[in-house]
Amino acid sequence: MSQAREEILRRIRLATRDVPQEESPEDVSVERSYRVESVSPHEEVVGRFVENVSEYRASVRRVGEEELPEAIREALARRGARRLVVAPGVPDGWIPEGVEALRDGEGGRPLTNEELDASDGVLSGCALGIAQSGTIVLDGGRMQGRRALTLLPDYHLCVIYEDQIVELVPEAVRRLEGGVREGRSIVFVSGPSATSDIELDRVEGVHGPRTLEVLVCRR
Amino acid sequence: MRVSERPFQALAREALADSQLRRNLGHATATIRKKRAAAVSELPDWEELREAGAAIKERALRHLDEYLVRLEESVTKAGGEVHWARDAREANRIVAGIAKGHGAREVVKVKSIATDEIGLNDHLAKEGIEAVETDLAELIIQLAGEESSHILVPAIHKNRAEIRELFREKLGAKDLSDDPRDLTETARRYLRERFLSAKVGISGANFAVAETGTVCVVESEGNGRMCTTLPEVLVTVMGIEKVVPTWRDLEVFMQLLPRSSTAERMNPYTSFWSGTSSGEGPREFHLVLLDNGRTQALSDPKGRQALRCIRCSACLNVCPVYERVGGHSYGSVYPGPIGAILTPQLTGLGRKGPDSLPYASSLCGACYEVCPVKINIPEVLIHLRGRVVRNRQDSGSPAAKLDPEGAAMRTLARTFADRRLYEAAQKLARAGQWPLARGGKIRRLPGPLSGWTAVRDLEAVPRETFREWWRRERG
Ligand code: SF4
Repeated sequence: MSQAREEILRRIRLATRDVPQEESPEDVSVERSYRVESVSPHEEVVGRFVENVSEYRASVRRVGEEELPEAIREALARRGARRLVVAPGVPDGWIPEGVEALRDGEGGRPLTNEELDASDGVLSGCALGIAQSGTIVLDGGRMQGRRALTLLPDYHLCVIYEDQIVELVPEAVRRLEGGVREGRSIVFVSGPSATSDIELDRVEGVHGPRTLEVLVCRR
Repeated sequence: MRVSERPFQALAREALADSQLRRNLGHATATIRKKRAAAVSELPDWEELREAGAAIKERALRHLDEYLVRLEESVTKAGGEVHWARDAREANRIVAGIAKGHGAREVVKVKSIATDEIGLNDHLAKEGIEAVETDLAELIIQLAGEESSHILVPAIHKNRAEIRELFREKLGAKDLSDDPRDLTETARRYLRERFLSAKVGISGANFAVAETGTVCVVESEGNGRMCTTLPEVLVTVMGIEKVVPTWRDLEVFMQLLPRSSTAERMNPYTSFWSGTSSGEGPREFHLVLLDNGRTQALSDPKGRQALRCIRCSACLNVCPVYERVGGHSYGSVYPGPIGAILTPQLTGLGRKGPDSLPYASSLCGACYEVCPVKINIPEVLIHLRGRVVRNRQDSGSPAAKLDPEGAAMRTLARTFADRRLYEAAQKLARAGQWPLARGGKIRRLPGPLSGWTAVRDLEAVPRETFREWWRRERG
């Protein structure tokens, strides 16, 4: 193994002989003159987030905090979802009566892939949202749980608070940096799973949740 | 690397005879082209992002040894294991070894050009391991026993009726319409079983961050999430050029890549993970760093820029040559303009197939304009043509010495290098071309140069050159 390693590194050094010995990586300048911080009013940013998410054919609804439980109940009822996977940190108050909550890790037992697969959907929060691209970011925090939770069920109901929404990708990347350094896994979700492989006809859902519903909540 | 020994011109001639392929391709590239332009125009800082993207990649390439060592350190610290592979054989052996070590008879794969490049599936098959492609298009290709024709939409040459027939026959789906929805649902059911039972997943990588050991896979369907999350063991094979210095650098590529490739503001799913340190997902993570000709490409300071490529496929969709001949004509897993400059550098010159690729272009420059990391593809094409010709001459055959194109290239190089000679040549050309030029195009050159115009029109030399115009207006 180390033989291949040494050989490849040797080849690289040979191949980059034109690079002056004294040059350090930082000497190759990277101009970051692109936008790194939003200048738009936050209400506008939230508006753009809602607009861009809905363009993905995900349904989005804006609600006040006190309306949230009712909005969740309605969404689940419309969907006919009775067996619901919930991330560990999701408050009990979000779960409507009559819906069976499969809480991952309860009693020290993680849900099996089969249980996730057989559920009617998953309810989670998120780490943040990006307005510019209509992206929801999951980082494995308690409101989202491990990656499989939001992957195997066919329906994903996601709650995002307005103050979690940033406008630009660079703003999101900066906020996630701490978690990445701790080794967290991160998933960017932009609309439901989709394919355009057959004659460029867009079809929702090959593998991930085929339906994504987002509740944007004012605190 | 698997590469065709037949020259591009021969393969292209066959492709041109396939009118169905041309129709599908024309439709696809035109659709994506239009969408991409719209997605890009939304970002007021697109040019700044391109600049930054190019610079970050250049930084990484110029100091590749340092960044790879750093990547190895951070992946290892995060609980992963790093392997180095000098060539395809070594990489295949490593991956097969890991799969066998876990007793896997079947592995699930997310589409990856690097694993296509090394022919991993065939190798695994020889070792008794079935690699199941889980990307819908890849599955279609795999079931059909064909090769992909486009980086991004590999089954673009197949229409819905053909796909229905395939699924009926191979997946035993009897009552099946040719509605893409129905077809997709069939694939979903078939593949989900595979995901839930697979012990080993295999992926490529779009980026890997040296600083944090974070590997990134960009995709649409969710099969990437499946393959990198559910199996106990994950093996990622990546070309050594995929490393980027810092986590922050991804803020640039996460804007450049989706808009350039599928013309979306963001692709549906992007996964980032660092080793096994998140305490969930695969319990074992292996990263295979693949050379396979990349250090050879790196050694050409002008050709090196091809290694910046983030495989967005924007250059394919704008290329008038690609639009007509499709991906198979390029004879390798890298089609289109990027294939024309990357393949010959990865395989080395002196073989008929790769040597023909720098000529698979009209040099119109559209590829350079769309490239999100500003690879000057036309510049590299011309540079490689020069290398091909020199290489042929060095091989010393008398025919090579008399090669009219070789002679023309030598004269051209001298002329381009000298301003006075260049201007004199332009005057001469204007005086000499009138019997040949028709409507601003030269359709036939006389004598030994006729081979050039047999397959392409030449722009006639304009009445006034730019330099002359400049002197008249501003001088
Ligand atoms: S060369 Fe540029 S445009 Fe072509 S695939 Fe690579 S990054 Fe995209």
